[in-house]
Amino acid sequence: MEASTLALVWAGVIAFSILAYVILDGFDLGVGILFGTTRDKEMRHRMIGSIAPVWDGNETWLVVVGASLFAAFPAVYAVFLGAFYLPVLLMLIGLIFRGIAFEFREQGDEPGGLWDVGFFLGSVVVAFVQGAAVGALMRGLPVTDGQFSGTSLTWLHPFPVLTGVGLVIGYALLGAGWLRIKCPGALRIWATERIRWLGIALFVVLGAATVAAMTVDFSDGLRDTAARFNALHAVLLLIAVGALAGAIYSTRALRTWLPFALTALLFLAAFATLGTMMWPYMIPYQLTVAEAAAPEASLKFLVWAGVIALPLILAYTIAVYWIFARDTETSYHSGD
Amino acid sequence: MEFDPVILSRLQFAFVVSFHIIFPAFTIGLAAWLSTIEGMRFFTGKPVYRRVFDFWLRIFAVSFAMGVVTGIVMAFQFGTNWSVLAEKTGSIQGPLLGYESFTAFMLEATFFGVMLVGRQRVSPGFYLFACCMVTLGTMFSSFWILANNTWMQVPVGYEIVDGRIIPTDWKEIVLGSIMMIRWPHMLLGAFLTTAMCVAATGAWYVLRNVHREEARVMLHWGLGLAAVLIPVQMFFGHLAGLYVYEHQPEKFAAIEARWEDETPGSEVWIAWPDREQKRNLFAIQTPGIGSLIATGSWDAPMKGLESFPEEDWPPVVIPFFGFRIMVGMGLLMLGISWLGNLLRLRGRLESNRLFLWGTFLAFPSGFIAVLTGWYTAEVGRQPWVVYGLLRTSDAVTPSLTTGDVVISLILYILVYFIFVSFGIWYIYKLLRAGPMGPVQPVDGAPGARPLAFAGDADRRQGRD
Repeated sequence: MEASTLALVWAGVIAFSILAYVILDGFDLGVGILFGTTRDKEMRHRMIGSIAPVWDGNETWLVVVGASLFAAFPAVYAVFLGAFYLPVLLMLIGLIFRGIAFEFREQGDEPGGLWDVGFFLGSVVVAFVQGAAVGALMRGLPVTDGQFSGTSLTWLHPFPVLTGVGLVIGYALLGAGWLRIKCPGALRIWATERIRWLGIALFVVLGAATVAAMTVDFSDGLRDTAARFNALHAVLLLIAVGALAGAIYSTRALRTWLPFALTALLFLAAFATLGTMMWPYMIPYQLTVAEAAAPEASLKFLVWAGVIALPLILAYTIAVYWIFARDTETSYHSGD
Repeated sequence: MEFDPVILSRLQFAFVVSFHIIFPAFTIGLAAWLSTIEGMRFFTGKPVYRRVFDFWLRIFAVSFAMGVVTGIVMAFQFGTNWSVLAEKTGSIQGPLLGYESFTAFMLEATFFGVMLVGRQRVSPGFYLFACCMVTLGTMFSSFWILANNTWMQVPVGYEIVDGRIIPTDWKEIVLGSIMMIRWPHMLLGAFLTTAMCVAATGAWYVLRNVHREEARVMLHWGLGLAAVLIPVQMFFGHLAGLYVYEHQPEKFAAIEARWEDETPGSEVWIAWPDREQKRNLFAIQTPGIGSLIATGSWDAPMKGLESFPEEDWPPVVIPFFGFRIMVGMGLLMLGISWLGNLLRLRGRLESNRLFLWGTFLAFPSGFIAVLTGWYTAEVGRQPWVVYGLLRTSDAVTPSLTTGDVVISLILYILVYFIFVSFGIWYIYKLLRAGPMGPVQPVDGAPGARPLAFAGDADRRQGRD
């Protein structure tokens, strides 16, 4: 079965939105993760200030992904959310606690307290769950008659756990890169130090995940994935490894934005590797783009949502970053 | 009652959607109220309107944020717990809910920001325009939700090809005649909810003898709008009843607690419907007028539940009482708003403490009406999730176990208890403090940070 043009367009929209989400919400989740590794009140205050204006715009992309999946590929939406029942639950709760921590941590007599714990844990859980979901997708999900047919713990295996930990570190790396750009002074030095350690840790964890995938956790899905490996994937992987090494090395450079940009390139290359390996499957290797697509009548009706809303959301995202690009540090929550 | 994934998923959906609907119902009305009051300020130039506007804008910002957060949870519920529904009817429900998400975020991305922080940066005319666009946005948002739900109540505009549901007529799906009854019914419900809250806040200040000038505006406008809107709402409610009578006779029989066919039907005012014995206990009823009240005809045949196979019966108790509580709240709003306007004409509105107490205590009447109305509609649709097309028991995610849903339900209850109570406490704090001077624009707080806006305004005025 061939995928229709509209189905391809929507698959492209979703792929773009996932990438936008991973990089944008990735760095603010990463700042949330790093937030928990210091007890310094001033540092925490500046960290939260650096993402306060942009975090919920970043999160919008997750909703765009969810809404577009349900609308254009309901079969994928159904299998994915059924398979990741508990992880999605944890992710939603993590997102709630993160979101309200921004506001409520300032409400008590002492800033922080319980809300700060929620902010940190929420960020870690959201990152872990997303990484684990990618790993579990690669391992393969049992699907029967278009519905997930495993249990709520099918995803819990060594390989997905390692990819989950990997994404926590990867997001933290993006977060550290962001702090290096946005927060001059002591925090910049602190973040730069973290970039090196996180970069090395990410190498180790991804290496361990690869070993696990080939040994203890080998599965049909991973075998099929390995069988699809070709020269293009080798090049993309090389770019990813090079970008990670570059991100670590570039902390010596004066350009503050370099580690962040290289980490983003790492995510882009990894995403492209996964995407091209799985293509044309959306749930590997069970549901293709063509099989999962909603009827043409639905996709046609949906076109206007894409044509009107997506450019606006995109423009809004750019505008917010443009406005806040001028100052390295906004005065948000600085007590007026 | 046996606790299986179906009943637990239903409880979970009811729980998260009930907490969600409180906020949109309030914000749809608040947006319209803010546009009204900003329009008044624009055309009369009276400073009191500006103070009232700035005050309610802060409350709008908080409840909008609560609506967004609880709404994100809703966006995933269809897939996590109702994956068969999502897969089978996603071709229709997916695009409708997709439009809703896109609408809501477009709204947040554009004029909402202007409304929160743009006062000093745009012209007064454009500011008023932005307020109206936000109002329109909240109305569109509810439009898509109602289009989706209406399709679940009375599915139209589709055909089944190879077991897949294919949309054939989007115009019928989106702009069908039932939709044109249910959407205004919901909008009016939202407007009334807010009108009662505004009036109650005014009454509260008069009783405490604070913010008298602003309180007068709130009382006059809240009671005035409610007095005008409630008869219109009752008319649309009646039309909604007619569609149920015509298209969902089982639901209609459950609402009326009618077990056997009757021509003409009797009107059961109050009773305890006993499903086991298939009859009403302690019933107070008037024979012969049920048909007239429901359809306007003396001898319209009224079907009882016995006419339908028992496996198609909805629960009776919840639709029966839900409907009566909703109507009761409507009558309460009618009484308060008309009496209030009468007192106003006689110049005794602000001196009649008994009436003010009554108005103050009636603040939740709109919320209760919205919630019980929805319970009537949704529980009355059972045992179907899409009426006549897909049973709720067949729609649940097949891989779910009872344990899974117990865990998620408990977690949702705990988490919602924490953050919704904080949100409501926060709104209460703002309401208690009352109107202040005008809000200064907050440097560096973009439109996407509604709570921060409210918080900054709060701090700026020396609170906390």
